Amino acid sequence: MPSPSITSSGLPDGSAASLTGFLHGLPGVDQVGAEARAAMLGTRSIKNDAKSWAIDLAIRMIDLTTLEGMDTPGKVRAMCAKALRPDPTDSSCPSVAAVCVYGDMVQTARQAVGDRIHVAAVATAFPSGRASLEVKLLDTRDAVNAGADEIDMVIDRGAFLSGNYVKVFDEIVAIKEACGSAHLKVILETGELKTLDNVRRASWLAMVAGADVIKTSTGKVVPAATLPVTLVMLEAVRDFHRTTGTRIGVKAAGGIRTSKDAIKYLVLVNETLGEDWLTPDLFRFGASTLLNDLLLQRQRISTGHYSGPNYVTID
Amino acid sequence: MNALIGKDDRVEIRKTIKLYIGGAFPRSESGRTYEVNSAKGDFLANVAQGSRKDARDAVLAARSAFTKWSSATAYNRGQVLYRIAEVMEGRREQFIAEVQQTSGSTTKQATKHVDAAIDRWVWYAGWADKLSQVIGTSNPVAGSFFNFSIPEPTGVVVAIAPHDSALLGLSSVIAPIIVSGNSCVVIASQNQPIPAITLAEVMATSDVPGGVVNILTGDAAEIAPWLASHADVNALDLTGITDQQLAQQLEQDAAGTVKFVRGPRTDADWMATPTLSRIRAFTEIKTVWHPMGV
Repeated sequence: MPSPSITSSGLPDGSAASLTGFLHGLPGVDQVGAEARAAMLGTRSIKNDAKSWAIDLAIRMIDLTTLEGMDTPGKVRAMCAKALRPDPTDSSCPSVAAVCVYGDMVQTARQAVGDRIHVAAVATAFPSGRASLEVKLLDTRDAVNAGADEIDMVIDRGAFLSGNYVKVFDEIVAIKEACGSAHLKVILETGELKTLDNVRRASWLAMVAGADVIKTSTGKVVPAATLPVTLVMLEAVRDFHRTTGTRIGVKAAGGIRTSKDAIKYLVLVNETLGEDWLTPDLFRFGASTLLNDLLLQRQRISTGHYSGPNYVTID
Repeated sequence: MNALIGKDDRVEIRKTIKLYIGGAFPRSESGRTYEVNSAKGDFLANVAQGSRKDARDAVLAARSAFTKWSSATAYNRGQVLYRIAEVMEGRREQFIAEVQQTSGSTTKQATKHVDAAIDRWVWYAGWADKLSQVIGTSNPVAGSFFNFSIPEPTGVVVAIAPHDSALLGLSSVIAPIIVSGNSCVVIASQNQPIPAITLAEVMATSDVPGGVVNILTGDAAEIAPWLASHADVNALDLTGITDQQLAQQLEQDAAGTVKFVRGPRTDADWMATPTLSRIRAFTEIKTVWHPMGV
C-alpha cells in the first residue's frame, strides 16, 4: 500500500484548514488490500519456542481491564492480584503491563499494585465521550491525581465524523496537557468510524495532536479491534515515525480472546513496525478474557498436557 | 470409461467420512485421512484421521454443551434419546448395509446387530427419568433432616468405543454416558468407523444439542493419551482399548487430574441386556441435608 508522502514540514499546525487539508490529503486505504494482507499475515504458524516467547510477551503486553458498571473495590483488587501474578502455580509467569479501570477505581488499583505495574484509567466521559470539555478535563485530572499514570481517552466521534477535526484536535491537546506526566492513549473507536480511510485520518489526527498511544476501541462497541483496522493504525504509526522520528504506541482492545488471535497481532506488529515495537511500551492488548487463554496455553506448554478453565480464575 | 461414471451414466457422489465435533462435520485439522476397507478388503472410503488438536476442539465443544444438556430435565433427555432411536429406525437399511460391509457378517447377523443397537437407545432412553429413583436414596438420619443422595452427571467423558462392534457397541457406550447429562468425546473403531459417522448424522438430526456427542475417527493410541491427560476431561471409559500397556498408560495419565477411569472390556457381550453399571459409572452421588420443617 502507498504510504503518505509527507515531509517533516508537512504536518498541520492545528488550524481547521490545515487539518482538513492534511487529513483529506492522506492517500486512501485499499480496503481489500488491507484485509488481504491482514488475513495473509494471520496464517503464519508460530510453533514451540517462538510460541512460548510470544505467549509470555503477549501476557506482558496486556492491560488487564475491568470496565463495568458493577465493578466493586473487591473485584478491582482481585484483578490487580491477578495482574501481578497471573498464574499463581507458576512463578516464571510474568506480570501484565497494566490494569485498566474507571477513574473512581484508580485509587483502589494503585494501592493494590503499588509501583509494580502501570495503572491506566479511562477518562473523558468514557465510553461515549459525550460531555463538555470541562467535564472531560476534570475527569482526567481526577484520575491522574488518584494515581493513574496512563489515561485512556475517547475522541469525540460525532465531531470527527461531521468533519470538525479542530474540535477533536483541541480536545486531545487539552487532555494531553491535563495528563501531565501520565501517558495518553487516544481511543479512536474504529467500530464507529466506518471506513479504513477514517481510521487512517483519525490515527494521524491523534498522533499530530500529541497522543502517546493510539488505541482501537473502547470494547463497548462491536466490531472492536480487528486485524485490518490495526494494520492501518500500525502503518500510520510507521509513517508518522518516518516523518517525525517519534515512536507512537498502539493498543488493540476488545474482541481479542484467544492466544491465536494475540499472536496474529504480534505478527502484524513485527511485519509492519519491526521488532522495536514488540515491547509493552509500544504495543498493548486491552483485554480481560485473553489472559486466561494465554495462561491455559502456557500451562499446556509447561505441563505437556491440555489445561482447562478450572485451572484459571473466573473473571 | 471414466471411473467416476457409475452404472447409470451418472457421476458417482463419493462420501468423505469426516469427524463430528460440536454438531458440525469438520475434516481433521491435520488434513490427514486414512483408507477404510470392507471386511473383504475392498476400498470403502477415505476417513478423517483425527489429531490431538481435533481432540482438543472436541473437548471444548463437549464442555460448552455440558451446561445446557446437564440442566435439561431428565424427561427431556429421555425424549431426545428416544428420538435418536426413531431417526435410526429410518436409516435402518443403511446401517445394516454398512455394518455388513465393515464387519463382514451375514445380512441376518447385521440386521440383528442394528436392531439391537436401536433397541439399546430405547432401553437407555427409558432410564433417563428413572435413574435418580433407582440409584438415588432417601437416607434415614438421626436429626430433623431430610437426607437425599442423588446422582449427578460427572461432566465431560471420553470414551474409546469397542473396535469390533461398530454400531451396537458404540451405542452401548454413548447412551449410558449421555443419558444422565454428561457430554462425551468418543473415539470410534479405527477399522469400522463408517457406522459411527452415520450415527453422528443421526445425532445431528435428532435434537441432540451440538457438542453433547463428539465422534473422532482415527488411531486411539495417538489421540487417547492427549484426552486422558486433558485437565478439562472428568472421566475416561477405556472399553475399546485392547492393548493392556496402553490402557495402563492411559490410566496413569488420567491420574494426574484424578479422573474416574472405567477399564477395558474386551470380552463384553453387547447383545446381552445391559445393567445400570455404565450409567452409574459416570455419575457422582450428591448428598443433601435439608432441614425438616416443624
